[in-house]
Amino acid sequence: MVLVLALGDLHIPHRAADLPPKFKSMLVPGKIQHIICTGNLCIKEVQDYLKTLCPDLHITRGEYDEETRYPETKTLTIGQFKLGLCHGHQVIPWGDLDSLAMLQRQLDVDILVTGHTHQFTAYKHEGGVVINPGSATGAYSSITYDVNPSFVLMDIDGLRVVVYVYELIDGEVKVDKIDFKKTTATTHSAH
Amino acid sequence: MMLNGAEDEEKWLAEGIAGIQHNAFYMHRALDSNNLREALKYSAQMLSELRTSKLSPHKYYELYMRAFDELRMLEMFFKDESKHGVSVVDLYELVQHAGNILPRLYLLCTVGSVYIKSKEAPVKELLKDLVEMCRGVQHPIRGLFLRSYLAQISRDKLTDIGSDHEGDVDTVMDAVEFVLQNFSEMNKLWVRMQNQEPGRAREKRKKERSELQDLVGKNLHVLGQIERVDLDMYKETVLPRVLEQVVNCKDDLGQYYLMDCIIQVFPDEYHLQTLEALLGACPQLQPTVDIKTVLSRLMDRLSKYAASSTDVLHEFLQVEAFTKLSNTIEKVIEVQVDMPAVGAITLYVSLLMFTLRVHPDRLDYADQVLGACVKKLSNMPKLEDSLATKQVVALLRAPLEKYNDIVTALTLSNYPRVMDHLDNGTNKVMAMVIIESIMKNNTCISTADKVEVLFELIKGLIKDLDGAVDELDEEDFKDEQNSVAKLIHMLYNDEPEEMGKIICIVWKHTMAGGPKRLPFTVPSLVFSALRLVRRLQGQEGDIVGEVVPATPKKIFQLLSQIIEALSAVPSPELALRLYLHCAEAANDCDLEHVAYEFFTQTFVLYEEEIANSKAQLTAIHLIIGALQRMTVFGVENRDTLTHKATGYSARLLKKPDQCRAVYTCSHLFWVDDEDGIRDGERVLLCLKRALRIANAAQQMANVARGSSGPITLFVEILNKYLYFFEKGNQQITAAAIQDLIELINTEMQGDSANPGSDPDVFLASTLRYIQFQKQKGGIMGGKFESIEL
Repeated sequence: MVLVLALGDLHIPHRAADLPPKFKSMLVPGKIQHIICTGNLCIKEVQDYLKTLCPDLHITRGEYDEETRYPETKTLTIGQFKLGLCHGHQVIPWGDLDSLAMLQRQLDVDILVTGHTHQFTAYKHEGGVVINPGSATGAYSSITYDVNPSFVLMDIDGLRVVVYVYELIDGEVKVDKIDFKKTTATTHSAH
Repeated sequence: MMLNGAEDEEKWLAEGIAGIQHNAFYMHRALDSNNLREALKYSAQMLSELRTSKLSPHKYYELYMRAFDELRMLEMFFKDESKHGVSVVDLYELVQHAGNILPRLYLLCTVGSVYIKSKEAPVKELLKDLVEMCRGVQHPIRGLFLRSYLAQISRDKLTDIGSDHEGDVDTVMDAVEFVLQNFSEMNKLWVRMQNQEPGRAREKRKKERSELQDLVGKNLHVLGQIERVDLDMYKETVLPRVLEQVVNCKDDLGQYYLMDCIIQVFPDEYHLQTLEALLGACPQLQPTVDIKTVLSRLMDRLSKYAASSTDVLHEFLQVEAFTKLSNTIEKVIEVQVDMPAVGAITLYVSLLMFTLRVHPDRLDYADQVLGACVKKLSNMPKLEDSLATKQVVALLRAPLEKYNDIVTALTLSNYPRVMDHLDNGTNKVMAMVIIESIMKNNTCISTADKVEVLFELIKGLIKDLDGAVDELDEEDFKDEQNSVAKLIHMLYNDEPEEMGKIICIVWKHTMAGGPKRLPFTVPSLVFSALRLVRRLQGQEGDIVGEVVPATPKKIFQLLSQIIEALSAVPSPELALRLYLHCAEAANDCDLEHVAYEFFTQTFVLYEEEIANSKAQLTAIHLIIGALQRMTVFGVENRDTLTHKATGYSARLLKKPDQCRAVYTCSHLFWVDDEDGIRDGERVLLCLKRALRIANAAQQMANVARGSSGPITLFVEILNKYLYFFEKGNQQITAAAIQDLIELINTEMQGDSANPGSDPDVFLASTLRYIQFQKQKGGIMGGKFESIEL
């Protein structure tokens, strides 16, 4: 069992002062093996904080990030899964599943994680799964109204991944989960 | 006589102890054989050892204790008349024949103890007699110990009188009188010690005196323990006499010790009721007395007392404790002209802590204390003493910590005035403390007035203060400004009018921040304003009235100003992003002209200020992404903007960037909404243009580097073809897709690129996708059928 925290679009300090206290108390160091962050932290202080939760931290560049040297995209392998990470402002139309699917094919990953829309989504389709963890602070978005703070925790176990989404709705943390199973020998033949 | 060296002292002490032991031996023999005469002779000789002047108080005490123990035996002997056959009255007479005064008096006191217990004479007379006779010894150390002995042996009797509630009040008065007199005399002796041998012995004297202080203080303890010394007696007799002694002795060591002793020994209830008298002594004390510690301890005790019950609180108001304390502090500061700044401010800190604890609801009291401090600070040059500065910071922190709600502290009118007296560095530190307090307590500042006050307080962070040449560490500066940025999110009111005012006030203050600060503060403010716009969306705000209400249009006007100031820093990239956000917001408000204007500003920035290729590419993505979503534009406006966007895309420096930007533009002509534009032709035009650019890139790579170029571009374009093919763009045929696939295959074969490379993998997954779609069946399957793999 490998726990991967996926979050992004915190927009600290431009659009939010901090993570919601209820989220902060849940995110405890030492419990998570990897963190993938879609971007728009925006300041180093947030990176330092995430580093304390887990040293294996992966970040892609959002258009407001203070650090301009984060990569545009990133791929990593965790267990049986290949994950792809990208902020998403580069994929137009913003939030469009088919365009995101193209990126997924390009990066050749099972799970693609992108942000930018501040709206949590999780789509299953032929190539795999496309996840948007939303905005961990509930930051203002021109695309989405009434953003609820949210983040995603993936539990990767063999060929199965359970995606837990945590959303702060009216002051309460609500959890939902989605199951994905990867079929063996589908893709990724290294020929 | 001066004492030279510890060694000598040890020798003398040893000699003294030997002397005592020697005489005690013979005294014991006399006691055993009931020989009074001999007993008196040897005890007198023994006591003569206490006549020494050679010992320090510490050593003298050791000697004294030896003698004390022996005197207990003697006392027991005296008590038992059957042993010596002399009545106590006669004994009292007999011992006065001892040769030297000191032994005589010790013996007298010892007999006196027995006499008192026998009740054969009125206690009053006896005590009076003894306390006055002790005057015969005027040497400080010898006198203090002698009187201490007297106090010791009379203690039991005093306790009896004190607890006898049936007894005559006069008897109690006599007992009190006795103690007061002994106390006065002891104090005089004690003070006299300091005046002996001035010069280099001064410090040593001081130390020695400290060792003896409890002997003097003991008397006060005794007074405190006499049960029948009630509030009235304390008020009328005890306190005035003690204070008189304290003030008149004009000795700083003594005054400090005794004031503190009074405060510790007597109950808080008494202090509260005698506050005027007690405090009245303070300005009369020597200037060198650490009065602030004395007063602090008093206020501390009273605070705790106040917390003990609510009835007590009522008393505080009744006796006007606050006013009295406040006045005393003013007087003390006035009288002690040489008191350094830190002393005065520490007093104010103590008073403020007292006020906050005892009268937490009396903001006027707290403000008064701050006001007094401001007055004091105004009459002084600017604070340079770091200790004093620390105390001012403590003064300012106290209300924050007590109220836990910055808003309350903001109502203290003197608070900002105190802050003005801090040096720039400390001022900023304090401002950060204030912001931290707000963030920690999640306080929301909800009125324009309070925001105004708040920003006055933190002005050190918002702009460069006069004369401030800050060589501030860059990291620290960033932290400061990020704190201010976060703070802006805590300023909020549900009511749009008020929120509009708040935004204006924040801008008023932050615009003076200069180019260094705007990039930090402007984004927060802009998003705060955009949130307000969203709330107002749909509201038709053209109400006729005095106050022009907040409308989206007005806010956009302000936003335009704000972002313009930012771009002038120069900070074009950030400004561009913010303009786009405003355009999107204007779109949602159905304000076509406003949205168009924001796009214009965006493009101007792009053309004139953004030169870096990477920055340009990101900017293009943002522009296309935003424009793609616009619904408010009429055909003309939309065409103009799209034309510009595609133009920029085609003119990016690097070919791959160009290619990608151009095919992204295809989405400008196809929106998947019901009323969305669906211009199949122009989509295809874009894609074909992208193909041409990809080809050109390919050729350039061949020529320039002898290698193949970015084949992956072709695969990307293929995917775009598929996208629009699926969406039902008639202009994109299966045949075209077929051709493209073949083209790619050709390029790949011709390329010495290794299998498993990125384009290869991408193509593979794309082909897999096509296969998957074919197998879907239905309409989709039908579409894909004609594509052969």
